[in-house]
Amino acid sequence: MEHPVVPVKTYILVYLALLLLLVLTLAVAYIEMAGINTILAVAIASIKALLVILYFMHVRYSTMLTRVFILSGFIWLAILVGLTLTDYLTRAGLFINP
Amino acid sequence: MSETHPTPVNPEKQARFEFELNVLGMWLFLVTEIMLFGGLFAAYIVYRYLYPEAFIDASHHLDVVLGTVNTVILLTSSLTIALAVNSVQRGNQKGLALFLMATIILGTAFLGIKGLEYLHKIEEGLFPGGIFVYPAPFTQQARLFFSLYFTLTGLHAVHMILGIGALVVLFVMSLRKKFTSHRYDLIELTALYWHFVDIVWIFIFPLMYLIDRT
Repeated sequence: MEHPVVPVKTYILVYLALLLLLVLTLAVAYIEMAGINTILAVAIASIKALLVILYFMHVRYSTMLTRVFILSGFIWLAILVGLTLTDYLTRAGLFINP
Repeated sequence: MSETHPTPVNPEKQARFEFELNVLGMWLFLVTEIMLFGGLFAAYIVYRYLYPEAFIDASHHLDVVLGTVNTVILLTSSLTIALAVNSVQRGNQKGLALFLMATIILGTAFLGIKGLEYLHKIEEGLFPGGIFVYPAPFTQQARLFFSLYFTLTGLHAVHMILGIGALVVLFVMSLRKKFTSHRYDLIELTALYWHFVDIVWIFIFPLMYLIDRT
């Protein structure tokens, strides 16, 4: 229940990591990588988001209850995307490009 | 259950309790925001899955340089607002005001560049609402892409405008020394909101600008 004072150094390190991951994001977009470009880009974005959530948003120093709230949000998002895709991914013949 | 405080409450403890409660409330709101943007992202996922080539083609019309600059601006603004929270935690009033103003300036710069991008897109006839020009065979599908682009980034921009508004109010309050190292809930809550808006952009940027540039 204390207010965690995150050291400035930590913030700077996280920031530099975010910039590095941004460079990586650009690299993944411009370099041909046998089809895993998209999943790699999403993975890198997820790592960036995780860094922001854990350190900038103080979740690393937060209560379990807070983490449950956040996790629930992403689980609901997964349900939204997942169930929507169960429709589109199981339609044969819908994948039509003119 | 008729008495809320049968024993005297330590004000310091009470303040900490209320802080945690406020943070929890903000996270509850942010979860609803995850679902709001999540719906748009779900639409994006479906249509990108259905029309991959059209989406690649359409995304090439977006300016990667401006998008990258904007991403750097937003990431830096997250740093400055985190430092604002850090300042108030240490009782550094000057630092608080400084970093709040820095975040405001960065946020406004982001919006300026976004506005410029929108202007370019409209000039190129890529705004789906008016005269939309796009070479065949991807015309209608590119229209879908740009609908998603303008809706996602537009909703994001609205969130940024509201965030900047809140930051301006906080800045003025900070000048009046309304925040102390013991009571700075609004700063923390606004920072959480701002970081969230940054995270949304962290996903929008690669999904819209960087689909396939090999």
